[in-house]
Amino acid sequence: MAKVFGAVTIDADMCKGCNLCVVACPTDVLALQPQEVNDRGYHYAFPEKPDACIGCAACATVCPDACIEVYRVVDKNI
Amino acid sequence: MTREEIIRPENKVYGRPELLMPVHTHYCPGCSHGVVHKIIAELLQEMNVADKAVGVAPVGCAVFAYNYIDIDWIEAAHGRAPAVATAASRLNPDALVFTYQGDGDLSAIGTAETIHAANRGENIVIIFINNAIYGMTGGQMAPTTLLGMKTATTPYGRRADLNGYPLAISPILASLDGTCYVTRQAVHTPAAVRKAKAAIKKAFQNAMAKRGTSVVEIVATCNSGWKLTPAQSNDWMVENMFPKYPLGDLKNVEPQQ
Repeated sequence: MAKVFGAVTIDADMCKGCNLCVVACPTDVLALQPQEVNDRGYHYAFPEKPDACIGCAACATVCPDACIEVYRVVDKNI
Repeated sequence: MTREEIIRPENKVYGRPELLMPVHTHYCPGCSHGVVHKIIAELLQEMNVADKAVGVAPVGCAVFAYNYIDIDWIEAAHGRAPAVATAASRLNPDALVFTYQGDGDLSAIGTAETIHAANRGENIVIIFINNAIYGMTGGQMAPTTLLGMKTATTPYGRRADLNGYPLAISPILASLDGTCYVTRQAVHTPAAVRKAKAAIKKAFQNAMAKRGTSVVEIVATCNSGWKLTPAQSNDWMVENMFPKYPLGDLKNVEPQQ
């Protein structure tokens, strides 16, 4: 059975902290920064539990500011 | 597998479309406009029609759309985008001309232009963002505002006896012979975004094949105007907007063989 490894990168400077990606993620990978803000004062999103990511791109699909990039690797040997 | 091993260019499955300019948009956090801009940029890139595309920007929140998508744009007077698009499409028959309008632009001041452009069957695409409010000017009542909905100018909710009924413009356009494709979509979930993208793609294909006017209505949120968080506005939209503006194809004329 193949295993899917995913990872997301978030452009913290472009993020407006709207929380839509956090809601859309099926595996609860993302969260908003509880304290830190970016240059514009938004609590930007970050991968809180990066190991759970399956690279489904749900977060990036709903992101209004197109600041999420998604990477996916399917390992067929596992 | 480590994060560094996964994050490599060959493993990239989704990213920012190149046609989207690398600038901050002026939209509020969580605004549906950003998602629709993104899918338009993706589609123009995938269909390889960016050189032929001419967008007509409205007055409203999307007035600066020309700053965000790297194609040719015309800025129309309030509500007159379909009339401007008519000229652009007739003078440049090879161009893919689309308008991008909100509900205050298309269904209020621009109703006449919209209906007549659709009735003439101009080969344009009308992308209609319906968030039931005048978002840019501070959340006043629009013709599409729902009954009982609180806005800046209807603080006790819209009343039918005083303010009339909400105007659903897509069924009107679907009843005209000039339109070939009228659909209503939303962008609140990943599945809905993919469906909306497929709908806009079909509309662009219709315009390129000169089959008539295509209208894609996107039922959208205005979380600032509705005074809700982006996630709450999506739930509010599903609960309140969809009964009045149900999603799906209202008209789909298949091309003659």
